Amino acid sequence: MGMSDHASKQYDLDLDSIRSRVLAMGGLVEAQIRRAIDALSTGDLALSMEVIEADHKVNAMEVALDEDCSQLIVRRQPAAGDLRMIFAIMKTVTDLERIGDEAQKVARMAKNIHERGGPQAPPVVEVRHAAEAAISMLRRTLDCFARLDAEGAAEVICDDAGIDTEFRSILRQLITYMMEDPRTISTSLEIVWIAKAIERIGDHAKNMAEYVIYIVKGTDVRHTGMTKLEA
Amino acid sequence: MSAPETHMMEVLATKAEARSLSFYYGDFRALQGISMTVHERKVTALIGPSGCGKSTFLRCFNRMHDLYPGNRYEGEILLQPDNTNLLAPGVDPIEVRMRIGMVFQKPNPFPKTVFENVAYGLRVRGEGSRRRIEEKVEQALQDAALWEEVKDRLHQPAYNLSGGQQQRLCIARALATDPELLLFDEPTSALDPIATASIEELMHDLKERVTILIVTHNMQQAARVSDFTAYMYLGDLIEFGVTDELFIKPKMKQTEDYITGRFG
Repeated sequence: MGMSDHASKQYDLDLDSIRSRVLAMGGLVEAQIRRAIDALSTGDLALSMEVIEADHKVNAMEVALDEDCSQLIVRRQPAAGDLRMIFAIMKTVTDLERIGDEAQKVARMAKNIHERGGPQAPPVVEVRHAAEAAISMLRRTLDCFARLDAEGAAEVICDDAGIDTEFRSILRQLITYMMEDPRTISTSLEIVWIAKAIERIGDHAKNMAEYVIYIVKGTDVRHTGMTKLEA
Repeated sequence: MSAPETHMMEVLATKAEARSLSFYYGDFRALQGISMTVHERKVTALIGPSGCGKSTFLRCFNRMHDLYPGNRYEGEILLQPDNTNLLAPGVDPIEVRMRIGMVFQKPNPFPKTVFENVAYGLRVRGEGSRRRIEEKVEQALQDAALWEEVKDRLHQPAYNLSGGQQQRLCIARALATDPELLLFDEPTSALDPIATASIEELMHDLKERVTILIVTHNMQQAARVSDFTAYMYLGDLIEFGVTDELFIKPKMKQTEDYITGRFG
């Protein structure tokens, strides 16, 4: 959009502060997922606990950002691009908080799996691969948000389908594991939850990418399919 | 300028249309060939920074500029349904002002009674029947949402009313001659928020019968009261569109800069 400055310096400062804190929140959430997946791969129980406990930081950032956004609306009555920015941020923050919850869920499942111990190790590698894809979607969405890059955001939206496919393939694999050896059922179910969490993270990143397009172009591409994206 | 994309399903009728309208204060060209449609029974807001020509444009519609020598119009303003060019030399400005009322920034009642303020236009028009005048005055005061407040003091001086009441009295005065188009030149900038809200509410009710064109410095007011908004700058019409769209997703960067406070 390439915005020049507002006549009010304080308005610029307030908006910049909100935007950079969204990015900081995104960074924290990204670290949470990464550490939760690491805890799953390595069986590091202390790391699982850290992730579970750090979720309150994500929640606190959501509350603080929501409050700052409503204050900015009251004080400035933002219009046009500023209005779309604030509107999109309030929605983005909700998705980020949900991603934080999913990361916490993964950490909790990782803890359960490794506390139980046992030899059964269903396909954690594929899960890790799907998680990398979801983290990449999140990171690129945040980049697009920072650079107001609608084309990049459209690419992120397309990538979500890949994660959905991966989720279904993990599910099929786990079903065969469970059929072959019922002792793997408890762990397999937990891995299903983890895979589902990752799939949801992809969905949230996709939502955020849609908000970026709304900020830049003013078009609402939710629930429209790819045709409108290319327009 | 292309027609605004509207989500409204209704068919829009044209009340007035400026065509290549330029206006000169002596040698100074204050309007640069504006073409714009005013839709019937809608509120159209003119916004823009000081000196952009929005009040000048508004005043062309009832030939206010005729009052000063050296002023000159070019182009035309066609008033429907009769397709009269308001600016044509043969058209009598007094006739124009019967069809097009105006309300100013500061309430300007005549130094007369409440009743006589509203009756004035009717008398100018040659209405002789006392009974008809009384009916019209009451109706206009009702329409301006002032009747209940003044019905027991119709014969007191208008200056005894509060600022907000005086402004509604001016609206009643304008309504008395059954105008087709009402021009508002920053009608609430001298009023407090409550009086402002009552005038805005009134505009909302009036547009069922009258077309309204309003100049306002208050962008929130434009967003609240208008169906269409025109952004003007340096005597040019920069953007015209459906108000919701113009305030959420303006097409022109100049409009965006102005409504987001990035101007200047």
